[in-house]
Amino acid sequence: MGLEIAFWLLAIVGIAAASAVVLLRNVFRAALCLILCFLAVAGIFITLSADFLAAVQVLIYVGAISILIILGIMLTREVQRGSPTNRLRVPAFLVAILFLGVVAFALVNTQWQIAGIPPQEPTTSALGFRLFGKDGFILPVEIAPILLLVAILGSIVLVREK
Amino acid sequence: MAIGLQHYLILSAILFSIGLYGALAKRNAIVILMSIEIMLNAVNIAMVAFSRYIVPQLLTGQVFAIFIMVVAAAEAAVGLAIIMAIYRSRETIDATEINLMKW
Repeated sequence: MGLEIAFWLLAIVGIAAASAVVLLRNVFRAALCLILCFLAVAGIFITLSADFLAAVQVLIYVGAISILIILGIMLTREVQRGSPTNRLRVPAFLVAILFLGVVAFALVNTQWQIAGIPPQEPTTSALGFRLFGKDGFILPVEIAPILLLVAILGSIVLVREK
Repeated sequence: MAIGLQHYLILSAILFSIGLYGALAKRNAIVILMSIEIMLNAVNIAMVAFSRYIVPQLLTGQVFAIFIMVVAAAEAAVGLAIIMAIYRSRETIDATEINLMKW
């Protein structure tokens, strides 16, 4: 029962915050609503018994990416101009609604093979074995830091004064 | 009614649609970046829900979600750096006015 209440609460908060991000005129308030949306997603991860991912979500998204985005808003003086829509607002809305309709139709009409096994808890050590253990994901784990290094170097080169 | 896989997938689809609308319809480049982050979060919810309900012992979806987070962090850093560079040279981050590569 508690899981249901938590899911509905977090889902409503997350959808409301995400809608506020795209509907609010003030960019800074939109960024604050984005943080609320990230926190709601972290709560959704907890209801899915993904405790490690919830902690990582709070650390990376709420801690790092939102700070980066707020820094970007502060460094570009676009707060006064707000967040207007372009002239494709109605087609974009139609595309989004159409996408939602098609995906929801496909999801509801698919017979998912639900496994009746209870989920693994806690997931941290199991995830570590999946990432670094035998037959694991060691090659992607090795590629990810290269990607991060390239991203760091690229962003430094892009914002450097000529 | 008990919460099942479909509830999480519908939630993920709704969040993805909101992000899609924001990415298509907004003019401020930073708001477009924020909408893309919402879309990536929606995909993460779908991944973790599949992992929880279909292969609870394998955790493959959670591993994919970790890699999505890595790529999202790199994307946010590079995207904001590009926005900074454009703002420095053109004094605007309005996506409709950034038309250097348009023909």
